[in-house]
Amino acid sequence: MRSRNLVIRIGIIFVCLIYGTCFGAYSQNKKVEIVKFEHLQKVLNQVSDTTVVLHFWATWCRPCMEELPFFEELNTTYNPQKIKFILVSMDFVKDAETSLKNVLERNKIKSKVVLLDEPDYNSWIDLIDKEWSGTIPATLVLNSNLRKRKFYEGKVNVSTFSDELKKMCPVTIQN
Amino acid sequence: MKTYTKNIKTIFLLGIILTSLFGFTQSVDENRQRADKGYAIGDVVTDFKLKSTSGSFVSMADNRSVKGYIIVFTCNHCPFSKAYESRVMALDKKFASQGYPVIAINPNDPSAYEEDSFENMQAVAKAKGYTFPYLQDESQLTSKAFGVSRTPSVYVVKKEGDKFILQYIGGIDDNTQDANAVTKRYVEDAVNNLLAGRPVVGNFTKTVGCAVKWKGV
Repeated sequence: MRSRNLVIRIGIIFVCLIYGTCFGAYSQNKKVEIVKFEHLQKVLNQVSDTTVVLHFWATWCRPCMEELPFFEELNTTYNPQKIKFILVSMDFVKDAETSLKNVLERNKIKSKVVLLDEPDYNSWIDLIDKEWSGTIPATLVLNSNLRKRKFYEGKVNVSTFSDELKKMCPVTIQN
Repeated sequence: MKTYTKNIKTIFLLGIILTSLFGFTQSVDENRQRADKGYAIGDVVTDFKLKSTSGSFVSMADNRSVKGYIIVFTCNHCPFSKAYESRVMALDKKFASQGYPVIAINPNDPSAYEEDSFENMQAVAKAKGYTFPYLQDESQLTSKAFGVSRTPSVYVVKKEGDKFILQYIGGIDDNTQDANAVTKRYVEDAVNNLLAGRPVVGNFTKTVGCAVKWKGV
């Protein structure tokens, strides 16, 4: 009797653990990471061979939404070891689990998305690029080892941007 | 020998002409670039005459008793403009009586967003009870002259004689998302400085906002 109880108990714990892990991973996958500027600065200051693309956008910005599929496609084109894409959302924190989450699901976005919770824009816009007026979309491409840095305000020109990326990362998965 | 000096003289003269021509074209280019970027701090702002939601046309020169204006380029559709709506109303409430009323201007091409149409501007101004004129920049020439690139964007001008001198360009404060968490009130500080007869400290700030929708783009 006692041993049967123990088996049931262990069973319950086991099932709970499995469910816990599954649900944990599930919700983690779905939750948008909310970050401070420090987080971006760490990414920017990292010395490595990997090219980093920071793309600033928001769900309420129409040109950004028009451009989003292009960046999602780039993310699947390049080896993540060679180019790391981060889609930095300028949406409000209160919209992270609603409009932002909906847009990501609807567009099947698999790229890394972070929501930058840094409302004093004036304190960090110049740190991304002095030429940036603050208008989005905006994109920064950086490779610390190659000492290359390119900044784009507004929508990028698809062909010149792709060429520029190839220069910073000659090897792609597909070609 | 004589022809040799003459030749040198000709080359020298030609050189001067070419350099001056080159210098001239360069300065034209620089001017054009500045015009693209709009007014700079200290520039004289050209007056405008734009249609208000009340039906009349509004110019800065209309009100002769003002000390200046808080000109807010804003619109209906942009979430950032919406987030600042009540704060813009509060600015007018606080500073209109002190000589710095608000003038709101919608720079957007209404065909880009139905929400930004003149009728919808009228509806918003009425529903919210705007105490300041809400103008439509139909030709977008005023917005271009200011160099507005996104909404909301604020330009504070001070009246000196018949002229309006630009004193501040930028955002309203340092927290779009949460009015209660604001620590730096850029526009209020600028106007308070002007009212106290002091120069504006921090006369330029950068913000994120909705890009202006230009016609034919």
